[in-house]
This record gives sequence, structure tokens and C-alpha cells, in this order.
Amino acid sequence: MSETVNPTLPIIRTVAVDKSFGSVEALRSVSLEIEQGKFFTLVGPSGCGKTTLLRVMAGFEQPTRGQVFIDGKSMEGVPANKRPTNMVFQSYAVFPHMNVGENIAYGLRSKKTPADRIATLVAEALEMVGLAGYQNRPSHALSGGQRQRVALARALVLKPKVLLLDEPLSALDKKLREQMQSELRNLQRNVGITFVLVTHDQEEALTMSDQIAVIFGGEIAQVASPEILYRRPNSREVADFVGVMNFLNVSVLSEHGTRRRVEVEGLGIVEIEEDQAPRGLVGDIVAGVRPEQFTILFEDRASADRCCSGTVTEIQYFGDMTYYAAKLEGCDKTVTISMRNTAGRRTLGPGDKADIGWRSESVLILS
Amino acid sequence: MASSFRRSINPEAVSGLALISPTFLYALVLLAAPIAAVILLSFWTQDYLELHRTFTLANYVKAWTEPVYQALMIRSVKISLLVTAFTVLIGFPIAYYIAFIVPPRRKPIWLFLITIPFWTSYLVRIFLWKVILGYNGVINGSLIGIGLIEEPLKFILYNQGAVVLTLCHAWLPFAILPIYVALDKIDRSLLEAAEDLGDSPFRRFIRITLPLAMPGIMAATIIVFIPTIGDYVTPRLVGGPNGLMIANMIEVQFKKANNAPLGAALALSAMFIVTVISLIFLWANRKYLRANQ
Amino acid sequence: MSGLRMSNWLIVYVGLFLLFLYAPAILLPLFAFNDSAVISFPLAGFTWQWFATVVDNESLHRATRNSLIVAVSTAVFATTLGVFAARAGTRFSFPGKRGMMGLVMVPMVLPEIIIGVSMLVVVLQLGLSLSLMTIILGHVLICTPFSTAILGAAFQGLDRSLEEASIDLGRTRLTTFLLITLPLVLPGIIASLLLAFTISLDEFIIAFFLTGTEATLPVYIWGQLRFPQRIPGLMALGTILLVVSLLLLVCAEYFRRRAARNMGRGEQRELF
Repeated sequence: MSETVNPTLPIIRTVAVDKSFGSVEALRSVSLEIEQGKFFTLVGPSGCGKTTLLRVMAGFEQPTRGQVFIDGKSMEGVPANKRPTNMVFQSYAVFPHMNVGENIAYGLRSKKTPADRIATLVAEALEMVGLAGYQNRPSHALSGGQRQRVALARALVLKPKVLLLDEPLSALDKKLREQMQSELRNLQRNVGITFVLVTHDQEEALTMSDQIAVIFGGEIAQVASPEILYRRPNSREVADFVGVMNFLNVSVLSEHGTRRRVEVEGLGIVEIEEDQAPRGLVGDIVAGVRPEQFTILFEDRASADRCCSGTVTEIQYFGDMTYYAAKLEGCDKTVTISMRNTAGRRTLGPGDKADIGWRSESVLILS
Repeated sequence: MASSFRRSINPEAVSGLALISPTFLYALVLLAAPIAAVILLSFWTQDYLELHRTFTLANYVKAWTEPVYQALMIRSVKISLLVTAFTVLIGFPIAYYIAFIVPPRRKPIWLFLITIPFWTSYLVRIFLWKVILGYNGVINGSLIGIGLIEEPLKFILYNQGAVVLTLCHAWLPFAILPIYVALDKIDRSLLEAAEDLGDSPFRRFIRITLPLAMPGIMAATIIVFIPTIGDYVTPRLVGGPNGLMIANMIEVQFKKANNAPLGAALALSAMFIVTVISLIFLWANRKYLRANQ
Repeated sequence: MSGLRMSNWLIVYVGLFLLFLYAPAILLPLFAFNDSAVISFPLAGFTWQWFATVVDNESLHRATRNSLIVAVSTAVFATTLGVFAARAGTRFSFPGKRGMMGLVMVPMVLPEIIIGVSMLVVVLQLGLSLSLMTIILGHVLICTPFSTAILGAAFQGLDRSLEEASIDLGRTRLTTFLLITLPLVLPGIIASLLLAFTISLDEFIIAFFLTGTEATLPVYIWGQLRFPQRIPGLMALGTILLVVSLLLLVCAEYFRRRAARNMGRGEQRELF
């Protein structure tokens, strides 16, 4: 266990971390590197182990096997109160018997910071989260959003190397949640501290993060930037979890070096590049196309290089978008197609015939 | 090595055991050990002040066969069962009223109201029942006052009825509170769903409310039934010679008669009977709940 | 319509029930101020004399002092043991937990005479003498389950992440317990102290078995019940005890509500 660790990068490294609770395996061989100064998100369905991983980083759970390094130092045997991390809890954990100022000063007092310095730091922290002058508010008089800000300020005032956030937005209503998403993002850019966020909401993960780790069943499925994760998911599960994906049956026709020809159900023969099949063409494979990669062709056929036809079976109207379910001609498959409702564009109804355009680089081969 | 050892024992179990140990050891030393001693004692004999430590079943034979003890035992169990039945039956509507009819804001006040009388001294409270039921007491006084009777009624004090009444009064809050807790926990939408699915209020009560209140009713039954058998103050003050219970005999054996082994055998026999009856209650309750599913 | 009639009947029933429940408590002050040595109707007139007999009664004072010693010690010890058991019961899982917690809670449903008798046997067999100490030991045993239940509810209601947040912010386990846990379960601790105090103050059955030369208040009262001429004085004593315990309860309720408000939990239910 005498590996040399680069002291600047990455800020958190987990090495083959296992965690079991009795007979339940919550984490299996999780190895992860989180770069300094990034907004990093752990995303996955509930019960996938993402919160356990966060708590292992924070020191609230000890890994059954494996190691956690923070800033190059092994965290084995280091309790939560000695780690350079701070946490924003899902319930915010704002101390109900203390006012806002006392809550934020709580960590500073345990570090024996002088009183006048505490006052300045508390005021700065409150200003940073948009609660300037709230020092003497009793914490039970705060709204959900304000509690969250207090929890943030309380953790950030200690200047941790990493801020851990456990589903911090899940208790807020939709409007406030979207506002807090962008505030959190901006806050992270301003303070430059590494944020590790846990969420079950893939959309939230996509909009906020620099890097995302998708976790299924206690294992890391993929680590990538939001764009790569959306455009080039590396497995069927990831593609299904992040965004919406149409899955179509596929069979391999030929494979010559980087040129691969496959036949996709309802779409016909497609030539694909290497990066469109991240795990190759072996095993149980399926073709995936995102709904927005299909276009219903009204007049202009120029935008698409390929075209097929289908019948609309169902429409869902979202205001800015319309989602169509269309049965492809020549097979039994129904695909979802999303269309932006731009000015002057008409919408179709169930039973209408539609020409559907698509491009061969939109087709992914997943296993 | 050290770290692998630290991981091999579950630190949570260690903390838990360390925390529980003072309280557990206290109960072990002052409850389990003394009861073991009583069990041992019940197999010995005593002449006046001398204790014979040879194993014998003589005390149990006496306790189960001699008519005095048999009669006391049967009467005690009968009184305890009556008290249990009455407290649960009288208490249920009160618990129902507080849980469903009193507005939530006023519930604490009502619970308070029910417990206030029990902040008077236990002995004084029992004595006051003697005053209420007595020859020149409140009931006789008022009945004569309004001309309903000319001579005071003698049959209302110094009998088993008076014991049951006084014990009911003492144990009612202990029956009401657990039933109230069970009723209050019932999700109101369950009741609305039952009504929506066509149940009449009565059927709804039988099919939804009662089964869901059953844990509270069982708790009330056990909480009232078991300790009641051990009361010797109430029978002594309001029971008269025919209202005495087994606990009075246990007390006499331990104190005046200097026959602790017989007292121990009587106490353990009473405990045994009460436990068996409680287990029958619990078994019947399980059957009822299962039949209801 | 039928539902409304139903609840009207229920209100009548509740009224009768309250009359039954309060009958002794209403009579108590009536006879305490009644100018007659005989406890019976009709009432004879108003007097303070029975309270005077309470004020200058040496053995009563002694019994009161003994009872206070026993009740305060019981409250402190039972609450301390209750804190340990409640904390272990709500926060940790360990082998044998059900059995251990079960044994701790058993005195709640055990006839008190069994506890009194069994402790008496041990004390006598060990050749120890009966004293206030033996009463305290017995009272702690019967009060600990109540304390454990109340404190268990208090610990249960405590959001675990509050303690984790404190540790995360750099505090040790001990300071976390003192700064976060203890203040937040304080209402539970006060309720436990109060309940144990009241149970002990009024407990007779166990005390009667375990009393040596020093009597507690209930044991003293029991001795006096045999003398008819002492009864009016006992009524006055009972009235004083009722008023004192009601004042205590109202104070406790006030503090509990204030604490609950500070904690932002809003309206909470009764103490127990």
C-alpha cells in the first residue's frame, strides 16, 4: 500500500472500495478519480449505492475493503471530523435549537477560531448564499430553500477541500429546484471547491455537472462528461437511464476494420463508425436512437440523409416540445420522436402518415 | 493486522452492547436474580424463623390444593379479568372520542384531563372510594337525601364489586392511553376508503377500525390484567373479608405468618396463571387478526 | 344524521365518565376543608384546622423528607439508566438486543408485589438491612421502563443527520452529544425525571415491603388510615399533594412547549 500519489490531482480517489451491510453488498469494487475543482455528480436509481459512496468519502461509513484517498492522503482510520470534507445533508440538518449565525459558526468554533474572525466569516458566508443579515433568525423560521442555503454556508465557511452534497435539492419544489441548480453551479465556479453531488435525477446531473459517474447496483457503470454520457452512453442500461432512448433490434452484416455494416430493424442498412459501438459488435446487442435524432419531415428533406416512413399512434404535447409515438413501416416497432414546436410548424395527430428523417451517425450500437 | 482486526468485529454492536450494559446489568441483578431467588425459595420450607433447604414441592401442593388458596386464586383471577374487561370496554369509547372527535389541537389537553385525577395519592384515592361507597357515604347520603331509600345500602361496600369498581377507576387511564395511541395512528384515508367502497359506519368500524386498534387493545389488556392481580391495598381497604385477593395472602405469608416459602410459591403460582391467561389473550388476538385478513 | 346522533351520545358518555373519574378528586378538597372529624355528608362548615395538623406534625415531615430523598434519587438514577437503554435501543443493533431490552421493560407489566417480594427475599438472605436505599433500588427498577420508553421516543424523533452534521463540522462524539443530542432530547429528559419522581413519590406496594425504620409518605399514610381521627388531616395532606403535583405538571408542560417551539417541531403531543 505504498503507492505514490500526485498531491494535486485527483482530489478524491477511491481504490476498489467494497461496502457490505450484513449480507447486502452496497458497493462493489468502486474505483473512481475526481479531479480538483470540478462539479462531480454520482447518479443512479435509488438504492444503487451512491449515497453509501458519498458517506464512505465523508467518513460516516468505513469501507469493507479498499481505500479512499483525499488530496493524496489515505483516509483509513480518519474519522469524519478529521477529514477535509464537509457535507450538505438531504434533510439539511440545520440545528433547530440554534439560530442561523450559531449554525454557521458551529464548525468554526470547534476549530477554535477567534470570535471577531468568526463574525466576519459568518457574515461573508451568508452573503455568499444570498442570506446577508440573517444571523439572528431562528432556524425554525426558515423556508426549505433558506435551510438549504444555511446548510451550504455552514459547510463552505470551513473552506473544505471537497463539499459533499447528498440529494440537496430533492425536498424542494420544481421551480425552486431549478433556481437552486443554477445557483449551486455558479457557487461552485465562484469558490472553486470540488463539489460531489448525489442525485437520482439524471436531468439534474446533466445540467449541473462537469463529470458524472453513473452507478448501478453498487458498481460504476460509466464516468463521463454530460455530453459524452448523453451522446455516447457505453451500455444499454446507461442509455436507458440517462434521457430517453429508442431501442431497435439489430444484426451485424459485415465488419472490415473500422467499417461496420449493420441492419437495424425498421431503418435498414447502416454504416457506423467505431465510436458508435463502444463495446464492439459482439454479444447481445441493440441499436439505440435518441428521440430528437429523428425528425418528422414536413417540407424540407435536406436536413436528413436517411428517411423512413411510419404512422403516428400517439402524441404528447409539452408546450415547447411535442413527443410522437410512431410505428415504423415494415416492422412492429414504435419509436418516440421529439419535435420542437417552432413557429409555423404544424403538429400531426394519431393515424397520420409521417416521413421520418435520421442520420446514420445518430445510431448507437449498445450491449 | 490491526486494521483487519478492527474491521472484523462490528463496532456498532460493541457500542450498542456497551451502552445497554448498565441498564441491563441493573435489571439482571435487581430483577432476574431476585426472581431466581424467589423460585429457589419456593422449593424450601420454613418453620417460624428456621429455613429448611431441602427441595420439596410441599408449598406448591399446598398452594394448589388447599381450599383457602384455591378460592383466593380463583377470586383474584376473576376480579382481574372483570377489571380488565371493564376498563377496556369503558375506556375504548373515551379513546375513540379523543382520537377521532376532539380536534388535534385540543388532544393534549384531553389526555392531560384524563391523567389529572391520578396525581392524587394512590392510598388517599382508594380511601375516598370507601368514603363514596360507605355506610354514611356520598351515595347513601345522596340517595337518602332525595328520598329514594330510607336505610343506607350496605351491599355497595366491602365486597368484590367494590374492589372491581375501585380497581377500574385506578387502571382506566392505563387502558385508555394505549388504545388512544393505536386509534390515533390509523390513517384517516383508510376509513374514507372503506366508506367509499360501500361500508356502513358500523361495518367500517368492525372491518377497519377495530382490527387496526387491536394492538392498542391488547397492550391495554396486558397492562391492566397482569399488575391488577398483585394489588393488596384495594382489597384490604374496600373489599371486606370476602373481597380479599391472593396478594393479601402473599403479603401475610411474607410479613406476619413468617412463611416466605409458601408466599413465594403463591406469588409464582399467581404469576404463572396470569402469564398463561395473557398468552391465551395474545394467541386469540393473533387468530382474530388472521381471520380478519 | 345518524353519525351526529352517535357523537352526541358519545359526548354524554364522556361527561359521565369524567364525573366517575373525578369523583375522588372532587371530594378530596371538600373533606379537607370540612369542619368535622367524621368523613361523611352532609358537610359541616369551613375550616383550616386540618391543614394546621399537617403543618405541625413531626413524623409527617420526616416521611415527606424521606419520600423526597427517594423520589429525587429514583428520578435521577432511572433517567440515567433510561438514557443508556433508549440510546442503545434506538441507535444500535447488536446481538441479543430484543432479549436485553425486554428484560429492562419487564417491570412495566410485572405485578409490583412480585418485585417487592423478590427484592425483600434477596435483601434478607444477604443479611442486609432495609432502608431508604432498598426502596430506591426497587423504585429505580419500576421507573426505568417508563424512562426508557419516554427517552426512546425522544431519541427516535431526533434526526440522525443532525449528529452526523456536527461530527462532519469537526466536533468529537462527546461534544456532539453535549451540544446537539442532549439539548434536543432535553424535553424528554425532563419528562422522564418528572414521571419517575411522581411514580416514586406515590408508590406504596414496593415501599411497604422494603421499608425499614424510615417510612416514606405513602407508608406513613397507610399507617394513619387505621386511625379515624387522623383521616381529615390526611385529606388535607392529599389536597396539598394534588396541588403540588399539578403545579409541577403545568410547569413541566410549559417548559416542554417552549422547548418544542424552539426546536421548530411545532405542536407536539402529550408528555407520554
